[in-house]
Amino acid sequence: MIAVQQGDIGVAGLAASAILVFVAVGISLWRQLGLERSLLWASARALVQLLAVGWVLQFVVDPDDPLIYSVIWLLAMIGFAAYTTSRRAPDVPNVLPLSMIAYAASAVVVLGVLFGFGIYDLEGRTLVPLAGMVVGNSLAATVLVSRQLLIAANEQRDLIEARLALGLTASESFQPHLRQALRTALVPQIESTKAVGIVFLPGAMVGLILAGVDPADAVKVQVSVMYLVLGSVATTTAVMSLGISRELFTPAQQLRRPAQRPDS
Amino acid sequence: MSSADAFELRRVDAGPAGAPILASIDLTVPAQGVTVLAGPSGAGKSTLLRLLNRLDDPLAGEIRWRDRPLTEWAPTDLRRQVAMVFQRAPIFPGTVLDNLRVALPEVTPERAGHVLEHVGLDAELLDHEADTLSGGEAQRMCVARALLTDPVVLLADEPTAALDRAARATVEDLGRSLADSGVGVIWVSHDTDQLRRLADHVIVLAEGTVRATGHLDELDASDDPLVRQSVGAP
Repeated sequence: MIAVQQGDIGVAGLAASAILVFVAVGISLWRQLGLERSLLWASARALVQLLAVGWVLQFVVDPDDPLIYSVIWLLAMIGFAAYTTSRRAPDVPNVLPLSMIAYAASAVVVLGVLFGFGIYDLEGRTLVPLAGMVVGNSLAATVLVSRQLLIAANEQRDLIEARLALGLTASESFQPHLRQALRTALVPQIESTKAVGIVFLPGAMVGLILAGVDPADAVKVQVSVMYLVLGSVATTTAVMSLGISRELFTPAQQLRRPAQRPDS
Repeated sequence: MSSADAFELRRVDAGPAGAPILASIDLTVPAQGVTVLAGPSGAGKSTLLRLLNRLDDPLAGEIRWRDRPLTEWAPTDLRRQVAMVFQRAPIFPGTVLDNLRVALPEVTPERAGHVLEHVGLDAELLDHEADTLSGGEAQRMCVARALLTDPVVLLADEPTAALDRAARATVEDLGRSLADSGVGVIWVSHDTDQLRRLADHVIVLAEGTVRATGHLDELDASDDPLVRQSVGAP
């Protein structure tokens, strides 16, 4: 019998939970999905990555450590997220600096609210995980919005140029496509926010409850995290899309061709 | 309309940076009556047209209109005075009235109806979804949309190439009546019959250079077989 006390499942508990990975592997073998290697690799990789993060985190979040370590961690996360975005949306002009600005703006706005209003105390223990939620949750939406805008600029070129030809500015001409891309990125977030608690229990709350926190307190934390996610996805995608719109047009309100765009 | 409304091109290169289509062009494009840009495919007709309202800029050289370089015009002002219609009529989402309001948000249904009638469409179409219009109706709606900015010049990039014969005739008639009412029309066409019906002035382009300019009867008498072919000389 593996006892759970104060949120520590122990090494034995961790090992036992790996049985579930083997259940998945077994299903893959049984149904000939060919996913056994991927399942094992993903599970092992997640374990190693999280162990490494946990090990480093214990230095960063120690209340005795200076806050600057957490800030460096935050900057590294923004850099890594921007790099990942540039890999996944390589055709976006100037994607690396743009996405860095977008993630940084989102971190400033969201963390500014969370710490500025004293919702959480500003310390390594709160700054690093909250910043991780900001950046991590914005990543997929930022890549999506970037790709959508590029597709619009390439495939809807005739509509955009028709608006330009009527004397509309670049931003007016691109506005319908920008709106569509932002909606595409935000609607799934809104849907999952609506479904929370009914369709699924969010990971943070499950983690807190398993770690022994009163469910009522866990809910408050979870709700604030969900609002954080909404705010950060909206901010990052808005900043990113405005930046991309500027890159797609010349100062003379012309839609650049792919070959004329600044290097990505 | 005066000769000052002509576009003056001096040593203009244009097209993709690595492979220019127009090479060192010196040209006056009259913006009076109907000027037809003719010549074989790939000659640079559309490339030239897109320079005149600055949808593209030349790689080198200068273009002037009304005694000012185009680069000194605010692009949005220039494009409202030098309007453009395209080969495939670009239709925005919504009704015909919604489409007209992209050009002029404050347009009243009454004025919008008048503009539709001016291009030969029924004012009742205002409430119709724009994507239900036929090809010819859509192209005429695009002309109506462009007219709402009160242009001095209308650029038309093969506006009938995607239309059937009957629709082609209505759009040609519209081009002619606009020119007669004082809007300079610069019309790209590879259809020699159309050119002969419409052109007050012809510019023949070939391989990125100006092969000939002038009135139809002058070009009919050209020594250059390509020019005579491009204007469908009898």
